[in-house]
Amino acid sequence: MHFHLTEEQKAIQEAVRGTLADSWPIERIHAFADGDADFDRASWDALMALGLGGILLPDSGMGLLDAALACEVAGEAAAAGPLIGQLLAVAAAAASGRANLDALASGEAVATLVHGGSAFVPCARAADIFLVVDRAAGVRLVPAGDGVTIEAVRASDRTRPVSKVAFAEGAGEMLFAAADPITARLADAALVLCAADALGGAQKVTDMSVAYAKEREQFGQPVGRFQALKHQLAHMALDVEPARALVWYAAYAWDAELPDAPRAAAMAKAHLCDVYVRATRAAVAAHGGIGYTWEYGLNYWFRRALFDRAWLGSPSEHRARAADLASW
Amino acid sequence: MDLSYGEAAEAFRADVRAFLSSHWPPAADLRGADLKAFIRAFRAAATEAGYLYRAVPKRYGGSEQPVDVIKAQVIREEFARARAPMEVGGNGMNMTVPTLLEKGTDEQKELFIRGTVEGDYIWGQGYSEPGSGSDLASVRTKGELSADGSKWIINGQKIWTSQGMQSTHMFMLVRTEPDAPKHDGITYLLIDLNQPGVTRRPIRQMTGEEGDHTFCEFFFDNAETPVSWQVGERGQGWYVSRTTLKHERASIGSADGLGRQFAKLVELAKEVDRIGDPVIRDKLAQIEGFVLSHRYTSFRLFSCAAAGEDPGPVSLMMKLLLTEIGHEMALLAQELIGEHAFIEPAGAGGRGNRGPRGPEKWLDQIMGSLGNSIAGGASNIQRNIIGERGLGLPRDLAMSGER
Repeated sequence: MHFHLTEEQKAIQEAVRGTLADSWPIERIHAFADGDADFDRASWDALMALGLGGILLPDSGMGLLDAALACEVAGEAAAAGPLIGQLLAVAAAAASGRANLDALASGEAVATLVHGGSAFVPCARAADIFLVVDRAAGVRLVPAGDGVTIEAVRASDRTRPVSKVAFAEGAGEMLFAAADPITARLADAALVLCAADALGGAQKVTDMSVAYAKEREQFGQPVGRFQALKHQLAHMALDVEPARALVWYAAYAWDAELPDAPRAAAMAKAHLCDVYVRATRAAVAAHGGIGYTWEYGLNYWFRRALFDRAWLGSPSEHRARAADLASW
Repeated sequence: MDLSYGEAAEAFRADVRAFLSSHWPPAADLRGADLKAFIRAFRAAATEAGYLYRAVPKRYGGSEQPVDVIKAQVIREEFARARAPMEVGGNGMNMTVPTLLEKGTDEQKELFIRGTVEGDYIWGQGYSEPGSGSDLASVRTKGELSADGSKWIINGQKIWTSQGMQSTHMFMLVRTEPDAPKHDGITYLLIDLNQPGVTRRPIRQMTGEEGDHTFCEFFFDNAETPVSWQVGERGQGWYVSRTTLKHERASIGSADGLGRQFAKLVELAKEVDRIGDPVIRDKLAQIEGFVLSHRYTSFRLFSCAAAGEDPGPVSLMMKLLLTEIGHEMALLAQELIGEHAFIEPAGAGGRGNRGPRGPEKWLDQIMGSLGNSIAGGASNIQRNIIGERGLGLPRDLAMSGER
């Protein structure tokens, strides 16, 4: 029986955290958010230098749980770059038996995830490869330029800007048909990784709110001393911390190929994306005026919460799936 | 991550199963005193085998086993599967025995532990008073030494005592040093409840629940207890009452109970023909997100306990989480039962004769869920605990002078 993180897993998270603290500090986020790029090469290379790209290679000795732990820290740091797409493109390419995976696993070739049926794709202008995962149509790997049309839009999530993307009929290479179990596995894995990003972000804004409540004084007291705010912060923590185990379980169930893995992925995505939205709203409220400013930066996570909620299907869509999967 | 318990635990499970198959259940026609005697003998055999009272020394009737949360969990699972009785429940095993083992005198251990373990002594908790709820250290029930110094004379009132009508004894907090700072003026006393100075009365609850099994209030009018029944030093009772319960407490049992209740809520939605309603399906799945969070977090706490690691603040959140989920389930149940809400359920809230009960039986849960916001540390106190101990926020000014 083991259902908490190992020292190695904690060390991986610390490594990712430290790398992003160095390569993606708030000053870099501010500059990036006001620029036009949809990708930041320096912080991406720093992450890839840790070997994150290869986590889902079959012989890595790691699995979706480890990938989720990395995505959690990326969410916490509001990292730019299509980490989820990269991780899954490597997994998809490896599962299809492709030989030359080096450029993908090293992160030299940038891969982004396209949710089947959605026109909006994060980091599309920087992507070399599009991994299209569609439960109804299968999994395709489409190289940039191979029948791909990209239209820039003003994106609300400033750290993972989306573009509008269209693919020509039959573009790229079909890796798995819709009926192939790997298609559903990849779609489920994407949900778990998105839930992990949401978990990291929700924890981050909770931590920011608690730290601010200890430091900010009104009526001659740190505001965190007042029960009204203390209880709001306690509720944020109560919303976020127990949900962590939901992400762990969904990732574990996927790795162990348990029968309830698809449903666990749907539940984790639905629950955590709701948690993230609640947490970021509560964080702005808990901060007061400073939280409403652009400079303070809370809005980057707020916007990521909007993104995570809408990406890959809304919470209500996945709850409806979960209800069906339970044969209610 | 790995949710299996490992080979050693599975071998142990086989032993427990073999024991149970040769000792349980009783013959189908066993009744009354014979059945009671059988259960008593069963518990004695299970203790002899090392399955019950694992934290209690052998000389006091326990099995004195090394702490092993995995074995303890396997025992719980197998006894539950066989529907076999485990330890006698209640305050005695949860509160009195651990407190005495840690803080009691040898005489007190000899006097009380075996009787509690064997179910002869039933303990009421004498903490809350009409004027002392969340501010427990403000208790006013008074203890004064008799002229010869051999007895405590007790006057005052205690309230919300579970199993009060059955209790043979009480552990209680009484004010013995009225001039000391409030936490330092309390003494922890054990008292025999069968004496002229003690009067008890059941409290009728909002559920309608009443009678011998419900909460009680107690009145003390020159009740007496020997000074040798005082646990810990005079004036140190507050700290005695904080004795932590750490023996094999981690279990995934409470999460199983919540999961069963959620399954019943789904059944209710089917029974009233609302399971196809997308609004109901969404609400059920929303609640299940919390139910599963609670369940998997209980795995996490259990896993940390087995490894001897500190799980962090999440352990402070479980009670409030359970309470909040109960409220969400109550609200959905109220929607689902519709006009059945007009009907008072048979044997409301209680263990009386229930007869046939329809969807209105959910009124028990709908009202009972409110009790969780109050009992065992009110929800707003839980929020303080999470905020202060979990998140490190400064104490509220009204309480900042206190410990």
